[in-house]
Amino acid sequence: MSVPATVDPAHRVPERPVRPRMVGRDDGLVLVGSAASGMSLVWVVYERLLPLSGPVGFWLLSYVAFLAIYRSVVRSTHGALAARDRVMAVVVTSGALGLAAPLTLIILFVFSKGIGALVKPAFFTQTLAKVGPLSPEDQGGAQHAIVGTLEQLGLTVAVSAPLGVATAVFLNEVGGRLARPVRTIVDAMSGVPSIVAGLFVYSLLIRTLGWSFSGFAASLALAMLMLPSVTRTTEEVLRLVPGGLRESALALGAPEWRATLQVVLPTVRAGVVTAVILGMARAVGETAPLIMTSFNSSVMNWNPFSGPQSSLPIYVYRLVGNSDPGQVRRAWAGALALIVLVLGLFTMARWVGGAPQRRERRRQRRQAPAPAPASAAAAPASTSAAAAPAPTVDLTRTDHPGGPQ
Amino acid sequence: MTFRTLDRADTVPGSRSAPAPPRASASLEAQSVSAWFGSHKVLERVSLTMSAGGVTALIGPSGCGKSTFIRILNRMHELVPGAMLAGRVLLDGDDVYGDQVQATDTRRRIGMVFQKPNPFPTMTIRDNVLAGLKLTGQATSGRDALVEQSLQRAGLWNEVRNRLDSPGGALSGGQQQRLCIARALAVGPEVLLMDEPCSALDPTSTRRIEETIGEIARDVTVVIVTHNMQQAQRVSDQCAFFLAAEDEPGRIVEAGATAQIFDAPTDPRTADYVHGRFG
Repeated sequence: MSVPATVDPAHRVPERPVRPRMVGRDDGLVLVGSAASGMSLVWVVYERLLPLSGPVGFWLLSYVAFLAIYRSVVRSTHGALAARDRVMAVVVTSGALGLAAPLTLIILFVFSKGIGALVKPAFFTQTLAKVGPLSPEDQGGAQHAIVGTLEQLGLTVAVSAPLGVATAVFLNEVGGRLARPVRTIVDAMSGVPSIVAGLFVYSLLIRTLGWSFSGFAASLALAMLMLPSVTRTTEEVLRLVPGGLRESALALGAPEWRATLQVVLPTVRAGVVTAVILGMARAVGETAPLIMTSFNSSVMNWNPFSGPQSSLPIYVYRLVGNSDPGQVRRAWAGALALIVLVLGLFTMARWVGGAPQRRERRRQRRQAPAPAPASAAAAPASTSAAAAPAPTVDLTRTDHPGGPQ
Repeated sequence: MTFRTLDRADTVPGSRSAPAPPRASASLEAQSVSAWFGSHKVLERVSLTMSAGGVTALIGPSGCGKSTFIRILNRMHELVPGAMLAGRVLLDGDDVYGDQVQATDTRRRIGMVFQKPNPFPTMTIRDNVLAGLKLTGQATSGRDALVEQSLQRAGLWNEVRNRLDSPGGALSGGQQQRLCIARALAVGPEVLLMDEPCSALDPTSTRRIEETIGEIARDVTVVIVTHNMQQAQRVSDQCAFFLAAEDEPGRIVEAGATAQIFDAPTDPRTADYVHGRFG
């Protein structure tokens, strides 16, 4: 490539960086203005001039009028292509907002109903043992239900996580003739209605084998529901492991079980943990299987292996239909606690799942200030780097977490 | 262009405080080896002797069965569903497909380096080198000495000696490939198979790998698949030219000393290929 000897006069004009399709403040104003004028127009025509009225028609027509106005404004300022682009962007965005709205409303609704009773310390420190119709609101709580939920969740994970991961390893690493029927069964299991899981445990363990109602029986029913979710999610992440990793482990002379345990599973550790947490989030909210396995209790039962035990879903289910408004408020607090627990589990899943990328980013940030050692080490052949080896040794120490950044 | 030998210190006598000296290199002999994937035959009665302590290059166009052949040598071929073979592979005279031979033992004695550098991403540089011991359930005393020795043999020690605890994935592509060589050498193989080890690397890294091959060939038998004629000429003592005609399995057209294959081949197809006239 030859470089022109004289500087192009165009180079003297200062440059203005532009991002194609960038949306600025003016565009936001156009959006707001279009929405306002659309609503005004529909209000005048629909509510006042025409013999029509009603919120559904008003909002629907307002949306259509807004799109039409927005389109013509953008068309007159930016041209037809931009108009089509922006209108589609608005349609897609408002569709997404429309889908997110019900979820937000549910959370806000439960929050407003439940926060009053949830912030009372009694909710976490007392049970329903001494609660009667006239008990004041700062008495009685869900301690027994919270303990029950945590114990049952722990047992559920203890049963289904090892089983689910082992099944996924079988499906993806071992395979063979049996893999297909097992996968079909796992798929069918994920479609089992939760009440059927409860009925199965009830009829087999409680009616036939004579177990008592217990938290553990509930855990087994929940594990049936959690197992397919853990298995399929783990199988998906195992599929992402490059075949070369397995091969190079085997090429070192490793037996397959060691290659799986020491190379494949550690590589997808974050994904497996995410799979388990997502399965927990599914299981923790199930109510139907609990009705006939753990039954219910208004007193504390620390032992999950014997006797009826309460848990948050069943606590909500039993109290929300109560004629006592105080009990209904406690039920809403229980529902809110459950939502917080599930949201917490999902957040944890996202956080754990993102851990490898975060580590990678941190590592890159640490290396960014001193790019010289990496390039010197990578390209020792360039004659200008001939004096590099000595400083390379020192500079690469910046890779250590405790080293100078 | 000058190439500095960064690992000059590696060859200082006495710096190799080996915990266990590497086993002597072994000869490898394939006797009329054929291979199939399902009913599709990809190799036809290939016989080749790879002498102990030498470097054998397998050359030939893509799809002529070189990779399949090299994977048959250390029993990686059978990991592919539907893969079958015929013939014998003798490691120092013993058939690696014999009834009493375990595949894992064969793979430990015949190491392998793949086309794409693939250090274990969850392990540090040190753990990557030691991975073979852990994965084969061996306990060794003097692990630090083994790490140093293996990295020196792979020509990587000077570049990583101060960051043995950083992840193996943090290295450049060429360094990662040398780490994979160190990892393969740490279990003390008698033969090292290399399946296009430089095809994903830049010329400088390629040069470093070639230097490494020259170093390790003193105590390990090396078999290398390569598409790079100059590389085959630079690193190998003997060459085998594989070729597959259309819809036919691959076979060896000509094998012999590298100088003879490149300067005075007996088969016109070999001459055409090594001089870049086809393939």
